Amino acid sequence: MSDEQQKETRVFKQTRRKVLKGLAAGAAVLAVPTPQASASVWEAFFQKHFREMSKDELVRVLARLEKTYSRQYGKEVTVSATPPIEGVRFGYGLDLSRCIGCRRCVYGCVEENNLSREPQLHLIRVVRLQKEKGVDLDYAEHYYNPELVPEPGYFYMPISCQQCENSPCTKVCPVQATWKEKDGIVVVDYNWCIGCRYCMASCPYGARRFNWRRPQIPAENLNPTTHYLGNRPRPVGVVEKCTFCIQRTREQPGRYPACQEVCPVGARKFGNLLDPKSEMRALIENKRVFILKEDLNTRPKFYYFF
Amino acid sequence: MKNILHITKGTLILLCKGSRAYYVWVGILLCLMGVGAIAYAHQLQHGLGVTAMRDQVSWGFYISNFTFLVGVAAAAVLLVIPAYVYHWKPIKEIAVLGELLAISAIAMCLMFVTVDLGRPERFWHLIPKIGILNWPQSLLAWDVLVLNLYLVLNAVIAGYILYSLYFKKEPNKSFVTPLILFSIPAAIAIHTVTAFLYSGLAARPFWNHAILAPRFLASAFCSGPALMILVFLLVRRYTKFRIKDEAIHKVAELVAYAIFINLFLFGAEIFTEYYAGTVHLASLKYLLQGLHGHSALVPWIWTAILFNILGFFIFLIPELRRNHFMLVVGCLLIFFGVYIEKGMGLVIPGFVPDVLHEIYEYAPTGIELLVSLGIWATGLFIFTMLLRVAIPILNGDFHVAEDGVGSHIGDSLFIIQPDQEESTEKT
Amino acid sequence: MNGRRLLLTSAGAIAIVALLVSIALAQGMREKFFDRDGRLVVIERSAAEQLRTYDIRSSKAPETFPVPPPPFSEGIFPCSDCHAHMSPDQRPRVLTEEHTDIVLNHAEGQRWCLDCHNTDDRDTLRLVSGEIIPFSESYRLCGQCHGDKFREWREGLHGKRTGYWNGDKEYLLCAHCHNPHDPNFKPMKPMPPPVRPGETRR
Repeated sequence: MSDEQQKETRVFKQTRRKVLKGLAAGAAVLAVPTPQASASVWEAFFQKHFREMSKDELVRVLARLEKTYSRQYGKEVTVSATPPIEGVRFGYGLDLSRCIGCRRCVYGCVEENNLSREPQLHLIRVVRLQKEKGVDLDYAEHYYNPELVPEPGYFYMPISCQQCENSPCTKVCPVQATWKEKDGIVVVDYNWCIGCRYCMASCPYGARRFNWRRPQIPAENLNPTTHYLGNRPRPVGVVEKCTFCIQRTREQPGRYPACQEVCPVGARKFGNLLDPKSEMRALIENKRVFILKEDLNTRPKFYYFF
Repeated sequence: MKNILHITKGTLILLCKGSRAYYVWVGILLCLMGVGAIAYAHQLQHGLGVTAMRDQVSWGFYISNFTFLVGVAAAAVLLVIPAYVYHWKPIKEIAVLGELLAISAIAMCLMFVTVDLGRPERFWHLIPKIGILNWPQSLLAWDVLVLNLYLVLNAVIAGYILYSLYFKKEPNKSFVTPLILFSIPAAIAIHTVTAFLYSGLAARPFWNHAILAPRFLASAFCSGPALMILVFLLVRRYTKFRIKDEAIHKVAELVAYAIFINLFLFGAEIFTEYYAGTVHLASLKYLLQGLHGHSALVPWIWTAILFNILGFFIFLIPELRRNHFMLVVGCLLIFFGVYIEKGMGLVIPGFVPDVLHEIYEYAPTGIELLVSLGIWATGLFIFTMLLRVAIPILNGDFHVAEDGVGSHIGDSLFIIQPDQEESTEKT
Repeated sequence: MNGRRLLLTSAGAIAIVALLVSIALAQGMREKFFDRDGRLVVIERSAAEQLRTYDIRSSKAPETFPVPPPPFSEGIFPCSDCHAHMSPDQRPRVLTEEHTDIVLNHAEGQRWCLDCHNTDDRDTLRLVSGEIIPFSESYRLCGQCHGDKFREWREGLHGKRTGYWNGDKEYLLCAHCHNPHDPNFKPMKPMPPPVRPGETRR
């Protein structure tokens, strides 16, 4: 009897494995349409959570991803996993009196961060507000498209992830696929997210975006320098967000985020909040600063000033 | 071991045999399930972009159905409380049916959540130890736990009672009673947790109310029992299983109270929002009046309100609720009224206007409707199958044979009056 | 008697004035302020030190900032290519032969070319103090009037800095964004708005 039971459990285990394998194959159909990639699909399916991987495992995962992306886009793609720099907490500043609403930042972000071109996915939303009404989103126009900006009587407010200290999105994720890194950047493990979109419901800033269809990026437009938690090509069915260009800002020395670099009016400021000499500290101490939806106690590290 | 074999064999025989109406009913369900499966395959292949959900409205018809069905599942407790706490016999006999309905409803809930996932193959990330369940931080983690717990609990209780009856034994009270008593807070828990899932989000003022959980419970005690009464009436009509009038009337009376509380809480919310008239009114305004010329939900919610009020009077007036035709009408009104109010009427306004005050009017696509239809068919199929076995056992038509090993199947077919075949399909 | 009285009175008056002046000077030499913790801080400086504050020639060399090459119109620099062979005409007038594309829209009623451009060497600029500076330090010229903007620019708040957030930074000159002769920022064509969610449905 007990022998039989043992046999049964073994059979059960094997069938379970088969079922899982079948599921993995199903995932293969979803993710990568190349049949010879079955081994890496198997690995991808059972890939651990980013923070639970050992160094060796991480190295192997990065190598696998580099191989997959390089093959997929026909060019050398690197995937790094540069850790946060000690003693750094990133902050962002945006000068509302300078911003002219030209949306250069929106498309600069698309190019740098390998955002899907079709379907379109933007991580920055610029809204046009009425000077008469002030910062009242009820009067926000998202689709303004005049001949020239700025238009008289209006001001513009770009909104992206506010990198909250008290982030509701990381709190609600049922599988901890999103979390706040030591340098304050809220990141997503695209290989761990199950796509439930609870984080999107919880975000007061509409900063999170879902890959409703398989993201498409023309190979010639792919930025080949990527970060695991940042701009590597995303799979379908997962949530993504602004990471302060983690692939740029965590370099040593760190580049500025793409939106900051592309802004034609210098409305965008970026720096280390812990460094008293940074422009972020200068603006917080000297300018009239406010944060969005302060009453929700999310404590954003994105400061609007004017 | 042999017993199990015989039970399984007997069960299979029961499931495969039936009247013409039974075959038609099951056939229709299987067809709908097939259509749903094809639609879901399409969705899997092309991504959730085939739905009408977008970043502005990131939850839609699937989660609406999920929310409503959690309520239906929780309602089984309404039958359990009088049956086991107050030992009221007429309901005790039918409480098992409520548990079976809860099982089917939870199964549907789990399916609706699964089809809403962007990466359903990663479900194992939710399993503690193997994956990471973000408990106790995430309310969704709580929901996963309590829903599965509630499913197992009901399956164990119903299974054990039926198993005992099959062997003509009295269920062991010291085993089953604590479980049943525990299922009461568990039922309240699944609904409370689901309500907290919404009300905990400060980003969505439409949901961010303490009143949401009580509202959830009140509406659950309307829709669930309304569905139960319909099931009772059908079962009573088409099988030999006897359900006493007083049991049905008792449930109907309880529904009347629940509708009143539900309407009262809804009214309280409307008053608070409109009187204060803050910016947080926008979503409720969108629901009830339309906002900036967008009013897709307005006719629906007023239909729901009308249904609920009409239903309330039917259930309130004893003469009306004792008239079984009016009772059926009342049940249908309440069922669909709550379906609208607690489904789309609750989920969609949370996203309209969105957090940046953009208005995107969501309406489900054909694929979403087909997938949902398939899940409803699957749920009804599960419920039909469960009833198909449970009712003969409860009747004493399906039990262990004289030798104590084999199984005996008596005259267990659904009794069909030929002229009323169609109404079986209406459930 | 009368003369003596007058003398005494005037001596007294002088003494009082001298006293007042010395008190005023002593006050001037003392800078009093409260620090962040609310403590009174008094700094004493000699009159000579104080006077030196206003003496640009002996003030310490101004900070310079790394900037990209100034945004000259093509082929216009060095100015001395033409101007070296011309005798300067200092009379304010409307230019009719050269530089006709330049329309001064920058407090035009109060100044003209040679208030900023160095009369003696057109390849440089000239501050109000008389100091001659290269075009790559033009921020000092602008900063003469726009001190608040200059200070914010120095901190990286006004205008744009490129480079590295924790490393070397490069500043843009005011002239990179503002045409010095017509400094108002020019409107531009915005990039296309996002696709409406309704349009993406298939």
